[in-house]
Amino acid sequence: MKNLTCKALVLSFFALFLASCTTTTGGQATAPAETTTADTGTTGVVEPTGPTAEEIALQQDQAFRANRTIYFDLDKYDLKAEYRELIEAHAKFLAKNPAVNVKLEGHADERGTPEYNIALGEKRAKALADMFRSFGVSNSQIEVVSYGEERPVADGHNDEAWAKNRRVEIKYNL
Amino acid sequence: MKYFPKTSRFYLLSLVFLTLLPLSAQAILEIEITKGADNARPIAIIPFKFQGTGALPQNISQIIFSDLQRSGRFRPTPLADLPETPFNSGDVHLEKWKSRGIENVVVGQIQQVEADTYNISFELLDVFSASPEIQPNQQILNGELVIKTQSQMILDARSSQVNAASMRRYAHRIADIIYEKLTGVRGAFSTRLAYINLEPGAKNKYQLFVSDADGYNPNLIRASNQPIMSPAWSPDGSQLAYVSFESGRPQIFIQNVYTGQRRAVTNYKGINGAPAWSPDGKRLSMTLSKDGNPEIYILDLATNRLTRITDHWGIDTESSWHPDGQHLIFTSDRGGKPQIYQIALGDKTPERMTFNGDYNAGAAYTADGKEIVLIHRENNIFHVAIRDQKSGTIQPLTETQLDESPSIAPNGSMIIYATLSRGRRVLAAVSTDGRFRTILTASNQGDVRAPAWSPYLD
Repeated sequence: MKNLTCKALVLSFFALFLASCTTTTGGQATAPAETTTADTGTTGVVEPTGPTAEEIALQQDQAFRANRTIYFDLDKYDLKAEYRELIEAHAKFLAKNPAVNVKLEGHADERGTPEYNIALGEKRAKALADMFRSFGVSNSQIEVVSYGEERPVADGHNDEAWAKNRRVEIKYNL
Repeated sequence: MKYFPKTSRFYLLSLVFLTLLPLSAQAILEIEITKGADNARPIAIIPFKFQGTGALPQNISQIIFSDLQRSGRFRPTPLADLPETPFNSGDVHLEKWKSRGIENVVVGQIQQVEADTYNISFELLDVFSASPEIQPNQQILNGELVIKTQSQMILDARSSQVNAASMRRYAHRIADIIYEKLTGVRGAFSTRLAYINLEPGAKNKYQLFVSDADGYNPNLIRASNQPIMSPAWSPDGSQLAYVSFESGRPQIFIQNVYTGQRRAVTNYKGINGAPAWSPDGKRLSMTLSKDGNPEIYILDLATNRLTRITDHWGIDTESSWHPDGQHLIFTSDRGGKPQIYQIALGDKTPERMTFNGDYNAGAAYTADGKEIVLIHRENNIFHVAIRDQKSGTIQPLTETQLDESPSIAPNGSMIIYATLSRGRRVLAAVSTDGRFRTILTASNQGDVRAPAWSPYLD
């Protein structure tokens, strides 16, 4: 039973990997991250050739950029170390593609007052914007909007929901 | 007496409000008492006698009953427990009320004099006072018949003509008179509430409403598919400032609640939030982040001149005016955690005001400036609390969690706020002494948020 589960996991991971490959094959660095997703449900024709080292690097970069949400601790607006690669991947992509614009949407969980949470959401989004700029992303590429606690992604009123709601969403505009 | 409205103006205001902003059939706030006050004063509101054709448009005595009950200051006798049901003072048997310990009795009658004209009269009696003889001396004051009497027993007696459309508001007016006569504090039953209702499943789900203080007559002021936040009443009660994200970014709007006319007053990059009217209604303080960080600014509404008040890299927001119009309090995390600061508009030097706990935010002064009401975190629970400005003591008032957006009734008796109850976002109200509590839920099952209690409207 355990063995079967392992096999299934390996298979599905492999399928995911291949599926991701298909979506990126032929895609240039200018392809917006919007079109790449890590969805396991993606179907397509599997390319028979294995990835080169460069392709693997690109793949990793794409995988990081497929994640477009970073999360924060309660009442905090500093960027956590665990998002370093993710942030770097997005920042380098934007720096290389000055025609691509990004909207950083800051959010807070429902605790505390709504207007303070608007400020908190903006501080979070601006912390990310500052980091992007340090990688050479132009000011004009970045728009910051804070929704505070007004647009939660998780509806619950518990730690799990709150953790999901304390976030900045990176939204690419073409 | 001086607070009693000019009948004609009162009538006109009701009419304008009802005709220009047609009644929307959506959510009505339903109010439930969750904690009765043990010191509530017993009073009997005897059903008013109705003489006329057809049905009485509004159950006047029931509205008065509910108003007084919801104030937490009174405990009206249930109808089933009334020993008698007279409708004028001459027929009241004082001993029946004395033996029940009921101090005050309200009797009244309604006569339909024309198709849409009703004469409503009432008397407020003090059961335990001496001398039940009545020698009425009538006088017309501001178009309303005020019956003065030699008797100590009759504390107030009035008569007024109203139409069906303004009958509900007149019932609130009677409750205001009774409240003031018996407590010495002006009643706030004729005021209104602004709040945001999130209508489940609606395309424009963020809906700004204005209703009567008892939740009736909800009028849709603005609906949007993007968030609406932070409604704030102008001191004359005719306008609301609020934040709307309808353009994709936050902007502050000012909208007249009678005419619906509105204008955007800000459209800056970044935060445009937390509008607060100066006591004279000429200026709006607000939070803008156009210069980098959330800072407090004051906008002069006549000249559009913008003055920056704070300057710090941290968060400065939620400004609120001292009644003197010369100071603001605001929330800042400049000390590491959100705390309340006060700043004089003259020298612009902020002074930290709160030191208890690691989260104090969303503060507002009471009308006399002696206290502030704020959100205070204690043991990870966010309570509405009141801070005595002299002693600095912070007293939590609620047992709910996740409290936010407190707003004080104009007579200082109650605080309405947003909170969580049984898994739903609701409004709740608590008396400023913490003894009495109610919950207000939306009849459409939607979340309700951001309440703002109007000032007196006359």
